[in-house]
Amino acid sequence: MATVIIILVKGLVLAILLLSVFGIMTLTERKVLGRFQFRPGPNRVGPGGSLQFVADGLKLLLKEEIIPTGADRFVYLIAPLISLVAALFAFAVIPWGPPLHIFGQTVPMEIGGPNVGILFLFAITSLGVYGLILAGWSSHNKYSLLGGLRSTAQIISYELAMGLSVTGVLIAAGSADLNNIVSAQRNLWFVGPQIVGFVIYVICMVAETNRAPFDLPEAENELVAGYHTEYSGMKWAMFMMAEYINMITVSSLATTLFLGGWHGPWLPPEIWFVIKIALFMFFFIWLRATLPRLRYDRLMAFGWKVLLPVALLNTLATAVWVAIAR
Amino acid sequence: MLSSVVFWLAAAVAIVGAGGVLLARNPVHSALSLVVNLAALGVLFLLLHAEFLAVVEILVYAGAVMVLFLFVVTLLMAGTKTPKEEHRFRLAYQFLLAGLFGFILLVLVAHVMLGADWISSLAGPNVGSFGSIAAFGTALFTQYLLPFELTAVVLLVAVIGVIVLGREHGANR
Repeated sequence: MATVIIILVKGLVLAILLLSVFGIMTLTERKVLGRFQFRPGPNRVGPGGSLQFVADGLKLLLKEEIIPTGADRFVYLIAPLISLVAALFAFAVIPWGPPLHIFGQTVPMEIGGPNVGILFLFAITSLGVYGLILAGWSSHNKYSLLGGLRSTAQIISYELAMGLSVTGVLIAAGSADLNNIVSAQRNLWFVGPQIVGFVIYVICMVAETNRAPFDLPEAENELVAGYHTEYSGMKWAMFMMAEYINMITVSSLATTLFLGGWHGPWLPPEIWFVIKIALFMFFFIWLRATLPRLRYDRLMAFGWKVLLPVALLNTLATAVWVAIAR
Repeated sequence: MLSSVVFWLAAAVAIVGAGGVLLARNPVHSALSLVVNLAALGVLFLLLHAEFLAVVEILVYAGAVMVLFLFVVTLLMAGTKTPKEEHRFRLAYQFLLAGLFGFILLVLVAHVMLGADWISSLAGPNVGSFGSIAAFGTALFTQYLLPFELTAVVLLVAVIGVIVLGREHGANR
């Protein structure tokens, strides 16, 4: 019984944390984007614009919810939920600190640590794409549909390269359990020996989260707003929450797999984990401010003809290296 | 105790999903029901300590195969309305045939399930490394090596077939 309560409490804390970080991230992104473009960014609500995300949230809560005529109501309503739930669920297996010893019990920091940990994470994130394609289809709008189809093709294509880029780490660590992968990096972070895998992973993680320069599913100059064209109010906000939480999740996975997880000197491990994620989040914003959007066929060609073969070669090389070293 | 609650819940969801596949009038709803069914099957695999199979069930079937199904269905359905049922009674003898084969399948499955004595032996709390990635890989590359290699050949044939069939007609590039 105690374990069930612990898991429930951890789940609740994690969900609240992730959703609050979402609010803070929207503000950070607008501020940082503003600096990149030589303007102050939002600075009217609260001191220095610090309460802008509260105003944004209120506005979205109070906004009228619109369901287009001809929409498939049920699917239209559950699509944002699927996105958000999959995003929240995926974070459950990320170990964001060493196990905690409290009240005579050892409590691991992740909610669940299956020995197929990383595969579980990929399985759940692969379900998130349903939110996008169903939103596109149920909106009964050609721009939405095209956005949904694009996102499907893009995410499926980059998922392959992403999965393969990670196999090098799995082979080097000899385990798919995220805790074992973290402890395998006690002395040497995998970003060194697995630099090829790391670069491929980082490219794929931007594509998987639909962020610029890979944000083709919502390319506003061609598709209005892509799959969420018809969504408004909180349902639209759910897609945004899912996007930001997915960014946090893929950043945490990158930290766990390549940057030594919560390992680091002097500071407490949880702080190290947050610092590393923050670096990735800044990188996301930096990319958005700097790079123009790719053309769709270039995007697919890049994924299939460059990333996938290189990731395969990396897996092969790592396997050979591990076999010789053993 | 908890695991039997989870089992009945997942089993019920799986059956509802399977029923939805058959009964839904809209192909997209059918595909969605199949996803629900596959996810519930994943939970059932987890209860059997087959973690790897559970995750693969969701990753491959629910996460990739069904997404491609939906991709095709939504693309083909764009701009069309759900077909009305005009020929329901023309299908009378198909109903009979399907019922017959369904019954035979049910008898076969029941025969296998009732004749098996492994159900009680598997239910123990400790099943060692059964279902882990290592155990799965070892079995795949030793005991089932030949079927595994044959599957690889079949997949290769399928890939070549797709390229040949998907090529533009009359184009000699």
